[in-house]
Amino acid sequence: MTGLQLTGITKRFPGVLANDEVDLSVSAGEIVALLGENGAGKTTLMNILYGLYSPTSGQVLIDGEERHFTGPGDAIAAGIGMVHQHFMLVPVFTVAENVILGAEPTKSLGRLDHRKARQTVTDISARYRLDVDPDAIVENLPVGIQQRVEIIKVLAREARFLVLDEPTSVLTPAEVESFIEIVKGLKADGKGVVFISHKLGEALEIADRIVIMRRGKTVAEVKPSEVDEERLAELMVGRPVDLEVHKEPAQPGDVVLSVEDLVVLDHRNRRAVDGVTFQVRAGEIVGVAGVQGNGQTELVESITGLRPSLDGTVGILGADVTTLSPRQIHSRNVAHVPENRQESGLVLPFTVTENIILNSYYEPPISKGIQMDWGEAQKRAGRLVKEYDVRTPSPDVLVSTLSGGNQQKVIVAREVDRDVKLLVASQPTRGLDVGSIEYIHARIVEERDQGVAVLIVSSELEEVMALSDRILVMFEGKIVGEFDESATATEIGLAMLGEAGGDPA
Amino acid sequence: MTATTTISAIRLKTRATPEQRRATFIGIVMVLIAGFVARVFGFGVATGEKATFNLSLPGERVQDLSWEVDARLLALIAAAIIAFLGGFVLRRTHLRWTNLALAIGLGLFALAFLTWAAAGKSFSLVGMLRSTVILSVPVTLGALAGLTSERVAVINIAIEGQLLTAAFVGCIVGSAWGIWAGLFGALVAGALLGAVLAVLAIKFRIDQIIAGVVINMFALGLTSFLARRVLAASPDLNSPGRFSSLKIPVLGDIPVLGPMFFDHNILVYAAFLVVLALHFGLFYTRWGLRSRAVGEHPKAADTVGINVNRTRYRNTIYGGIIAGLGGAFLTLTQVSRFEENLTAGIGFIGLAAMIFGRWMPFGALGAGLVFGFARAIQQKLGILGTPIPSEFLSMAPYIVTIIVVAGVVGRSRPPAADGKPYIPE
Repeated sequence: MTGLQLTGITKRFPGVLANDEVDLSVSAGEIVALLGENGAGKTTLMNILYGLYSPTSGQVLIDGEERHFTGPGDAIAAGIGMVHQHFMLVPVFTVAENVILGAEPTKSLGRLDHRKARQTVTDISARYRLDVDPDAIVENLPVGIQQRVEIIKVLAREARFLVLDEPTSVLTPAEVESFIEIVKGLKADGKGVVFISHKLGEALEIADRIVIMRRGKTVAEVKPSEVDEERLAELMVGRPVDLEVHKEPAQPGDVVLSVEDLVVLDHRNRRAVDGVTFQVRAGEIVGVAGVQGNGQTELVESITGLRPSLDGTVGILGADVTTLSPRQIHSRNVAHVPENRQESGLVLPFTVTENIILNSYYEPPISKGIQMDWGEAQKRAGRLVKEYDVRTPSPDVLVSTLSGGNQQKVIVAREVDRDVKLLVASQPTRGLDVGSIEYIHARIVEERDQGVAVLIVSSELEEVMALSDRILVMFEGKIVGEFDESATATEIGLAMLGEAGGDPA
Repeated sequence: MTATTTISAIRLKTRATPEQRRATFIGIVMVLIAGFVARVFGFGVATGEKATFNLSLPGERVQDLSWEVDARLLALIAAAIIAFLGGFVLRRTHLRWTNLALAIGLGLFALAFLTWAAAGKSFSLVGMLRSTVILSVPVTLGALAGLTSERVAVINIAIEGQLLTAAFVGCIVGSAWGIWAGLFGALVAGALLGAVLAVLAIKFRIDQIIAGVVINMFALGLTSFLARRVLAASPDLNSPGRFSSLKIPVLGDIPVLGPMFFDHNILVYAAFLVVLALHFGLFYTRWGLRSRAVGEHPKAADTVGINVNRTRYRNTIYGGIIAGLGGAFLTLTQVSRFEENLTAGIGFIGLAAMIFGRWMPFGALGAGLVFGFARAIQQKLGILGTPIPSEFLSMAPYIVTIIVVAGVVGRSRPPAADGKPYIPE
């Protein structure tokens, strides 16, 4: 039997059964899609395959022969290559240096053979039409190209089986198309490809077989021709899912947020936001689409007072708030759901209660002079946990023990449960399961219907399109297009690449 | 261009990029320095008073080279150039040149200062430059020790302790079994302390700053105790002898440059070799590529089969060995005896030199020379008898350190994972 096989893989962590008798196989010249929600056990399975974990029981077979990997080095030697979701590239190195790292061609005295390294990159790049410059510094390359560098890295090690972990989540629609071509090229060249994803459409488009995992088990194996997206989603989640967001047409009111000619520098002093102007009115949801790293983060940080701006103004309800502190802006009825839940949204070693009062501990009734009224705090936490459906044994447990979806609900509850005029939400559903996504989306629409101005930033185009009444596209710090609800993904996708489209705002 | 017109010419915008703000700050400081140079070093000496700089040392082949200069004239010219450069920086049109302008300005300041101090006297410029090189050696080696481990993301605050311990061991072993044994002992001592740091930082994941501080305290306490007990009781253990100067043929006879660079003991040459070897190693070999990968993105290194922690152990120990060489230099060359707290902060200045040198071997050398110069000035000016109290001169290296580390010389970028233990999932 040729090919790669995982049979009966079980992996038990203390208290968790991450993989339960999982089977997966891929043969040469085949593309297998591995679908599953976050926490379904896909990553654990791949880490076992890559030698990062050893399975509690079960076998890894290559061409019918059992293999034991004690580290990535073993897996690489056995012909397995992994393209990680978060790229494993050294940002300050050149493409060629990244490709040879760990398997460097050398001359005498251990000197690196840069010529040979460059040649390797050029050869592979030409063979699979990847178009990558071996001497470019990786941190200066767009993510799409960085991903190709990862693929070259794997191919340079003569991998026969490639595992691609959520490869399209960082790409623009156009980049996704050329990426799919690359994967098809790999298949034609006889490579076996495991394509991990939660994007149903892509799985249907390129896979020869689709394997679906749920709660650590493989629950189904289907041919793309036999199923549609609805059915796949149902298999993934275990119940029928409504993929649509239901909302009435917006009734925009007065201008709440007004950003004019805003210029913001990033941490390396580049103009991450470069002269941006737009407005958000009460009762509408404005979505900012764009490939990550085009200034969205800095824009949001600047609006919420976390990052100083270089030029331009930010106005909220007619008042200039450009130079105000985060708390001053917060006190002007602005709610902020930050991009990175665990880093800036929550204090992980704090309890749910403590996290819920983070934006109100300093004012009555929770603060009584120099003393805290913990009874009052618990009352508020208890109420919010109920109202916002946070699944937690008690408000007194550490917030770090909650699932991502429930953590996000804690943040939303804290931010929204007061008189809010403007809601700024960055990547509101990143990494959440389908159920939580449904909930958060419904909540955001509800806020809008109550007359809140909502600004959504997301790198998931589908999310922006589903939620927004108006869509702005950011590219290299500028707003390069404005679209209404009727725009198609293709139009917006082109704008995300900086190609003309829509009316520049 | 005078100071007042330049300042009024700046547009003081409320919001500027950090680089622009820095340029404004540096420009203003340079204009102030220019004014100071003109006022104090220029008009502070009598008209026509000459300073004589000797450019040769006794016993050299070329004798009696010297340079006589009008002190006031030189200071005024220097002030004019510094003011011009300051104005250039204030225009903020070529931000990339800010550092170069600042460096030239400070160099001219140092020259004007020396001329002022030597006005009406003669001063051995070459002697001071030679001291600069010698005094830069332990600082440079300290900086190299630091960057060897920081390049793999292990912060080494313990350079001071490593230097001190190696100096002590070198002294004792050298006294007992000869100078080469002393050198070897110092290297081993450095390696051992490097290994201790590595175990604390990598195996036990103790905060690396704290681990380093602990090693420093330990080294200071232990060597002081032993110095008082052992060395005081048997003084013959405190005279290891010294590596004598080894003049390189031909090169050593070049005026000025010869005595500066090519007439030293072998440990000085060894320090220069370490600079070269580290530069070559870090940027041209497999070892260097892997080390830098481990310091920048350990997980990426791990996923291509590089053993992150083994690399870190190895480099941290290499760093200790380099510090050991620095320690040997302290007791086996000029001074040739150990005293309590002999290092007196050299290791920390080495740390500053590492940052100033942007984690580059040649940067470390350059920074080491700057610090060496500051200390050499301090020593030589005592001889000239300037009106500046000697306590202020002793502060010079530390003031330079503060200015440098505070980032007046620009932000430098440490290895991305610096100080973070690697915990595989």
